[in-house]
Amino acid sequence: MVVRLLLEITDLAVEVSGKEILSDIDLYIDKGETHVLLGPNGSGKSTLFMSMLGFPKYKVIRGEILFKGEDITNMTTTERVQLGLGVSFQNPPAIRGVKLKDLLNIESSKNGTKPVSEELSPETVALADKLKFSDQFLERDVNLGFSGGEVKRSEILQLLAQKPDFIMFDEPDSGVDIENVELLAEEINVLLDKDKKPGLREKSGLLITHLGYILNFVGANTAHVLMDGKIACSGDPTEILEDIRKEGFKGCVQCCGIH
Amino acid sequence: MLRNTLERAEKAKKKKAALGEDIDFENFEGEEAGEHEEIESLKDLSDKNKKSLLKVGVDASETGRAGSFLQIDQSKVCSNCKSEAIELMGLQQAIKKYDWVKDYMWNAVPVDTDKYTAKTALGEPGGYFIRSLPNTKEVFPIQACMFIGDEKVAQTAHNIIIAEENSELHIITGCSTGDDVQSAMHVGVSEFYLKKGAKITFTMVHNWAEQVEVRPRTGVILNDDTTYISNYILTSPVNTIQTYPTAYCQGENSKVVFQSILGGQKDSILDAGSRAILTGKNSSAEMITRAVSKDESQIYTRGHLAGKSPDVRGHLECMGLVLSDDSLIYSVPELEGSSTDLELSHEAAVGKIAEEEVLYLMSRGLTEDEAASMIVKGFLSMDIAGLPPELAAETKKMIDQSIQGM
Repeated sequence: MVVRLLLEITDLAVEVSGKEILSDIDLYIDKGETHVLLGPNGSGKSTLFMSMLGFPKYKVIRGEILFKGEDITNMTTTERVQLGLGVSFQNPPAIRGVKLKDLLNIESSKNGTKPVSEELSPETVALADKLKFSDQFLERDVNLGFSGGEVKRSEILQLLAQKPDFIMFDEPDSGVDIENVELLAEEINVLLDKDKKPGLREKSGLLITHLGYILNFVGANTAHVLMDGKIACSGDPTEILEDIRKEGFKGCVQCCGIH
Repeated sequence: MLRNTLERAEKAKKKKAALGEDIDFENFEGEEAGEHEEIESLKDLSDKNKKSLLKVGVDASETGRAGSFLQIDQSKVCSNCKSEAIELMGLQQAIKKYDWVKDYMWNAVPVDTDKYTAKTALGEPGGYFIRSLPNTKEVFPIQACMFIGDEKVAQTAHNIIIAEENSELHIITGCSTGDDVQSAMHVGVSEFYLKKGAKITFTMVHNWAEQVEVRPRTGVILNDDTTYISNYILTSPVNTIQTYPTAYCQGENSKVVFQSILGGQKDSILDAGSRAILTGKNSSAEMITRAVSKDESQIYTRGHLAGKSPDVRGHLECMGLVLSDDSLIYSVPELEGSSTDLELSHEAAVGKIAEEEVLYLMSRGLTEDEAASMIVKGFLSMDIAGLPPELAAETKKMIDQSIQGM
């Protein structure tokens, strides 16, 4: 049988400043799958992302993270990203003097699709255009004075240049108007190989969403509900979202318990 | 009047500067420094010297330049000007040509400021004279270079720059040392006079050897409706620099902008300030400094805004990144308001590279070092406002080149 498993998180526990934030996390994601992470504010969703990225503040105290069969638990962020992890941040920092264009150039050179140069590849230029960024916009300092929607589109554009194999999306739809959510969803689908038949998809994703609106456009295989740092429930995204809408997170998790 | 000037200089011969380490002239060779032959054009320079000049923005091909001036040690080596809007020559030549030139000397910089100004007045300094004629606007810059070619030379220069009424003048100056020079001294007195409606932009790149002592003395006098923009870039190692240009905004609606990019490396001591005395009605000043300290360097960034008339405005901004435990950034902003209805402000922040920014770039595949370097370069590469488009692009190139080594 062909191995389809891309990401395996087993018994993961993470502490931040000496306080245990995540525990007993088990999460398995196959190639070609998209999972959704739901949960109330402060339940640990973003913490899980930061831990998977290996940010220094997030200390793994138990468990392990395997990516493409390799144990990445103790790798640096750069090593993980070079192995194929990618992320779109909810609130990325502005970096003065670092142009979006320069960053895109580095990102597309890092994956070997183009040599480092002053000019963007025609492919990146076309993608920028598709995401409604003008040439002048690409000259702006990254995230500096960007609107909410511009931040999200810039994050997706950078991922398109980077071409990761596994992507974490932290609320890619928050603060984005309806028209642009559809535009973003279209590109997220490209990033996740959704244009291919399920068996041929190679890319996977894990998506945090509050309102679930984006799920109308991006199909997901499984949803997980995070409560107090634990995965309280997993299942069909449509059913779980329905439950949450009716019963709230607490009610939903109780239902899960019965299942 | 002249005798009076010399008397004042004589009295100030031993006067220590208010700031900066005291430098002993005895350690250097002054006017007895070897003479250098005059050349027609910078194209006649050796390839090695051309390369040194290019590092400080002085292009030996002279393309896109209104004129070029080069002083090596104490010798005026080259002075040519293509523009009919500008007069360019050595200061000594100008004094001979025009009686009135000496009336300008030592008005913007007092001759008895300290021993360095005194020495310049009492000796036979080099230096240039640049004058833009009334109602002219030359978009191409004059490039001027002060070059130290021999070891242990104490170079002195006295520069007089006059922008006549309603004229616009752009100057790029580069200061540099020959490859074989380690220790030397540079004293440059620069006096700028802006007549009604004039504009001057002055972009200066310094790239000295590691044991060079640098003491520029600069004064700017602004009349009505004038604009003076200074851009100063220093990112290479040097022994000590102490400079504190002063702009006198005497005219109504006069405006001064000082922008500085300072990179401290090795054990350099950089003491760079800017001062604006706002006496003209509705005059304004803006000062922006970006400083990055590495290794054992010390950077003192000073700023002084003195508002002495109603309706004047001034803002002072200094941002510093301290990259090593053994380096230092000391920011001294001073605001002095002595009139009603004025507005003076400052903002200063000294700190480290934001970890959040490093992690963001690492999440895009950059290594920690690549991320830090990108952030530092971005931090230093400030947008220079107020230049014509061609010059803005050229200046951007000069800045990018200067910050490569940071």
